[in-house]
Amino acid sequence: MSGLVVIGASYAGIQAALAARDAGYAEPVTVVADETSLPYQRPPLSKEFLLDQASAENLVLRDEAFFASKRIELLLGHRVVAIDRHAGRLALADGSVLDFDRLVIATGSRARRICVSGAELDGVCYLRSIADAVELKARLGRANEIVIIGGGFIGLEVASSAVKLGKQVTVIEAAPRLLERAVSPGISRFLLDVHARAGVTVRLGAAISAIIGDRGRVAAVELNSGIRLDADLVVVGIGGIANDELASAAGLTCTNGIVVDEHGRTARADIYAAGDCANHYSRFAEGWIRLESVQHAEDQGRAAGLAIADRHEPYDSVRRFWSDQHDVKLQIVGHAGRRGRTVIRGSIEAGRFSVFSYRQERLVAVDSINNSADQMVSRRLIAAGISPTPGQVEDSSFDLRSLLKSAKAVA
Amino acid sequence: MTWKHLCAAAKLEEGEPLGFKLGEQRVALYKVGDEVFATDDVCSHAFALLSSGFLEGHVIECPLHGAMFDVRSGKCRSSTYKDITTFPVEIRDGEVYVRLDGGPALEAAGGSAVDLKP
Repeated sequence: MSGLVVIGASYAGIQAALAARDAGYAEPVTVVADETSLPYQRPPLSKEFLLDQASAENLVLRDEAFFASKRIELLLGHRVVAIDRHAGRLALADGSVLDFDRLVIATGSRARRICVSGAELDGVCYLRSIADAVELKARLGRANEIVIIGGGFIGLEVASSAVKLGKQVTVIEAAPRLLERAVSPGISRFLLDVHARAGVTVRLGAAISAIIGDRGRVAAVELNSGIRLDADLVVVGIGGIANDELASAAGLTCTNGIVVDEHGRTARADIYAAGDCANHYSRFAEGWIRLESVQHAEDQGRAAGLAIADRHEPYDSVRRFWSDQHDVKLQIVGHAGRRGRTVIRGSIEAGRFSVFSYRQERLVAVDSINNSADQMVSRRLIAAGISPTPGQVEDSSFDLRSLLKSAKAVA
Repeated sequence: MTWKHLCAAAKLEEGEPLGFKLGEQRVALYKVGDEVFATDDVCSHAFALLSSGFLEGHVIECPLHGAMFDVRSGKCRSSTYKDITTFPVEIRDGEVYVRLDGGPALEAAGGSAVDLKP
């Protein structure tokens, strides 16, 4: 059996398989993954799942019957150990092989491990997969004092879930503000305030010197400043690393992820990569970039799947991301890079506003708090290369959608 | 099968979906050209009202996480999420009616819809 084989059954992988099939690819399609669960939603793992508002079953994206109806075979619980790109063959951990005509590598990313003394202690957790989430949830139930290392998305979402569960929570962030690389300073300040009001202690500009144990279990976290914080659970969220080793070992070019073109193609015409494990050139970021987000995984996976079915629709989406913390819905569109001017639309006091970021005169990113309407129009503006004037942005009675309509009329 | 009255057709504007509540059932109405379509107002992915989404052609984008559905068929564009339910629409004497075939609970739902937008 050959046809299309996809390694990885998360958003990018299943989207590649589905897009290829839906676009008319008629050969066998197999998705092989080391995880044993049916493809599932990952964003709720740090939120609804920890809070017991969603079970593992609730998170399943589509069931076996759906994949069967698409003639997509799921080979779950099988780890690929090598890609033989010359023979078009995968070696699996159990010694079996899987032949392919086309291959999509959608192996995702893994949590970056912290390198300090005590990192191996019992009670130091990470969050990426459902298995991680099951363990974290069980430990959260027993813990009282939680230290979260990293004020990024995962850290802040786990912090808001943990404090909701009545735990004492401290977030340690090395940068001078939260989400420094992802959002504008105004959003960082707003979120800092939201976390403080909810009872989360945030320590900015703080670095960990060691995790202290007691009989093999986490007991405290020590900061560079010498401060010692008692902890019976440590959650580490300090970023992700591309799972590109299989590709690299197979001789495919990898630079912080597997290098692909706008169709998700590697330098080998029959091998594609998509999602967290891939690195592509983005005209919006004005550079090569590796992204970890649902939207990216789906859209890039879709472009790869379509290309495999000989429908070439380049991946050219504006990056989108969301994060739910406490009662706040943060949404981000675009790539700010080195931000120039920022302009506020809406009311910070009312907790419903957006920060529009410009590079020179060009709108490059919009971060919104509880305002998805701004997000939806901004994505279209950025995609079309339309930049509202700062005056139009500030005037909340000005309908930004009118700019899309007039652009269409001109075209 | 009962047709439920939602609103005057003139109330619908292109690109401006409207949300309604009929008992427990939320319904979104979309005007595309001269046609009107109705779907479940709740996204199949997470709780969000599609009537607050962005309508482009026949595609409604969920405001929260960007799932996209064709308002004619309810089909999820990416197939990742489940399709949404669509409801037949009829315009009689300038008024919009939908037919909810969701069983007795829906049949028994209040005869008049609650418009969720001011």
